[in-house]
Amino acid sequence: MKKSKLVWLSSLILVLSVFLAACGTGNDKDTSKESGSGSKENSGSVDATQELNVMESAEIPTMDSVLVTDTVGSNVLNNVNEGLYRLNQENLPIPAMAAEEPKVNKEGTVYTFKIRDAKWSDGSAVTANDFEYAWKRAIDPKTGSEYGPYMMDGVVKNASEIGKGKAKVADLGVKALDEKTLEVTLEKPVPYFLSLISLSTFLPQKEEFVVAQGKKYASNSDTTLYNGPFVLEGWDGTGLTWKYTKNDNYWDKDNVKLDTINVDVVKEVQTQLNLYTSGKKDRAGLSGEFAMQYADNPDVVKDVESSPFYLKLNQKRDGKTDTALANVNIRKAIAMAFNKEDLTKAVLANGSFEANYLIPAEFTFDEEGKDFREVNGDMNKYNLEEAKSYWEKGLKELGTDKLELDFLGDDSDLAKKMDEYLKNQLEKNLPGLSIKLKEVPFLVRVDLNSKQDYDIQVAGWAPDFQDPYTFLNLWLSDSQQNNMSYASEKYDKLVTDAQTIYATEPAKRWKAMADAEKTLIEEDAALAPIYQRGTMALQKPYVKGLVKHNFGAQYSYKWTYISGK
Amino acid sequence: MAKYILKRVLYMILTLFLIATFTFFLMKMLPGSPIASSPKLTHEQLAAVEAKYGLDKPLPVQYGIYMKKMVQLDFGVSYQFKGANVTELIINRAGPSFLLGIQALILGTIGGIILGMIAALRQNTVWDYGSTLIAIFGISIPSFVFASLLQYWIGVKGGFLPVGLWENGWQSSILPTIALAMGPLATSARFIRTEMIEVLGTDYITLAKAKGASGLEIAFKHAFRNALIPLITVMGPLAAGLVTGSLVVEQIFAIPGIGEQFVKAINSSDYSLIMGTTMFFSVLLILVIFIVDILYGIVDPRIRLTGGNK
Repeated sequence: MKKSKLVWLSSLILVLSVFLAACGTGNDKDTSKESGSGSKENSGSVDATQELNVMESAEIPTMDSVLVTDTVGSNVLNNVNEGLYRLNQENLPIPAMAAEEPKVNKEGTVYTFKIRDAKWSDGSAVTANDFEYAWKRAIDPKTGSEYGPYMMDGVVKNASEIGKGKAKVADLGVKALDEKTLEVTLEKPVPYFLSLISLSTFLPQKEEFVVAQGKKYASNSDTTLYNGPFVLEGWDGTGLTWKYTKNDNYWDKDNVKLDTINVDVVKEVQTQLNLYTSGKKDRAGLSGEFAMQYADNPDVVKDVESSPFYLKLNQKRDGKTDTALANVNIRKAIAMAFNKEDLTKAVLANGSFEANYLIPAEFTFDEEGKDFREVNGDMNKYNLEEAKSYWEKGLKELGTDKLELDFLGDDSDLAKKMDEYLKNQLEKNLPGLSIKLKEVPFLVRVDLNSKQDYDIQVAGWAPDFQDPYTFLNLWLSDSQQNNMSYASEKYDKLVTDAQTIYATEPAKRWKAMADAEKTLIEEDAALAPIYQRGTMALQKPYVKGLVKHNFGAQYSYKWTYISGK
Repeated sequence: MAKYILKRVLYMILTLFLIATFTFFLMKMLPGSPIASSPKLTHEQLAAVEAKYGLDKPLPVQYGIYMKKMVQLDFGVSYQFKGANVTELIINRAGPSFLLGIQALILGTIGGIILGMIAALRQNTVWDYGSTLIAIFGISIPSFVFASLLQYWIGVKGGFLPVGLWENGWQSSILPTIALAMGPLATSARFIRTEMIEVLGTDYITLAKAKGASGLEIAFKHAFRNALIPLITVMGPLAAGLVTGSLVVEQIFAIPGIGEQFVKAINSSDYSLIMGTTMFFSVLLILVIFIVDILYGIVDPRIRLTGGNK
């Protein structure tokens, strides 16, 4: 039976080839973000029909707040649930389920929250127990939460010990003193604690409900409980469509104007735009080449994101042997040798803008509301002459006149265009340098990064909480994110001091963190900043008050309304 | 016949076992981890999450556990959709893909047969050239280009049919079906034309004509049936491909199908979903090939399934 063999062989080959071909398609991470914000003012007439039609670029993976790690999931949770704090229209944390500002002890380590009189969507009261239960569930290794330990380790008392098995879950520093009082004990003073707890990992969960639902909990809209401005409807767990409707049990429902929000998952940008143009949807993200194409459209809204992108300059290949980039002059030369303005305006053209810093603009503010960015300003700006002189000095110190460096980047169309531009700039401006591009799918890049198998790498980081520390801790010499063998005692001391001895002295803390950034970017040129990400979207003019956040969840629909449709 | 089928079923099981094994180890060779935020976590944090999902065990042990569960038809839970059962996920997502695939296959085959027959019976006339032109377009232009064009001109500009989304019942399925049908339409038109022309020139057709059979009778009863054999050969795998969903067309029309889920699973190293969809596709493909072999015998009794006395 020769034929049968052929049949199974050919079917095997077919299936495997489908599988392998699919492997090669890479990922589309950077086309997946839809963004931008509308006018934030709360004026104008309000239409009778309050219905908004929007799109997401991926499915909801889960509604279990302790398991969520992605943008869509946290976005949905932000609109249907509410933690102690929520971000307001200006991206500042304001009391939400907390009735008022918490009482904090002198050392800044014990927070006592009063819980507001608020209800779950089933009519029962939101209590302090709901927070204690959810936070403990998030840290319990049996839950398998990723963000629970990530957000709480070193912050909430005993979180790290529980992860190592040295303490019991019951020992976590969170306790309901009574129905409406929650006491949180921290390991050390954490100046950004209130913005941290506005994230979805810290949302409440009602124990009775979670236990009753068992494995089905938060796997579709009927097995999830809500205490936010809206409730979720019509979500079957893996589907491409769902709906938010106004939550009549929400404590602040008088300020919620929208009755319905219809959401569909649309992954193709072109399709999003077609649905927008045909009037079916009220907002569509513009990414990649579409940003350039629609730049002149009157409906375009631009937004700043708090994600910096930079070149990581690896000082030790595989963490062992010194690379040419271990030389500070070579690093400085590279950091100053490419034109960022042309790059962001002509090559990227998607709302991103030149960055000569690590801590993003419009992200963190001191007590007077002054942007952290104003302290250090720009550092290591594009400067051809200086770049060349550092380059010659560096080459002399290395005793060579030629360098070849591996350049690692992502494999999306836009990333490739940028890499090509950077290669061209660097090779042209630094004589004797040759760059070898290596463009790989995201997960491969993550892998090569952790092995330190690259010389130069394009990377970026999105903040986890609203404080410069979210970026500064990455480059501590013992940080697992470092992966480029940057080790500076001075930097380590400044960053650590800011978190310890200056933790309760905001002005000194701010100064220490600013000095740390200066050391990292200007003196050591450990990183070469490229740009801060901006986004563009089309939004119908009748959509008002749609708030786009620059960290954590992307949107708040709480204050959105339709006017003049 | 019974013996033949039994033998084939055994081969099918063996094939599936090999596919499962290969895919399992290939998949584990992919870089990255299904833990979404693995680049952010410390080694201890990551280890704790991996232990929870059993990813800390040695590979052969994981393989053993997986195969044991698979035999019991338990494909585990997805990593992307936390806790979602893979079997349920595939069943939910396969529906729209299946519907589109079947519709496209029917439209494509019937349309193709009609075009092919017209071309063959009116050889070297305007009809022939016209249908050839359509066939060439159908083969050379990929389905996603058709999809984009249909979406823009009929959905956005014309406004007759939905631009996308899966909410208006069968109306939502019209444009994607047409886009998907162009390929099979072109393929079957070409095959039918070539085969019919060949058959029309044979002696038995001349005999049929001499016996006074009408043109239509000759075309359908004698020529068409013989022209079907090669068509069945190509349509088999094509059908499997269609009903298992088209990644690009599904994405363009924002249809909750299985095709785009497969690629997403690979990109996010969602091990259980990769295995689940691969096995689902394999079973379908193998079944279709099996059915095609049986169909040969029905269409052309000269083809015998059992090898006879070799």
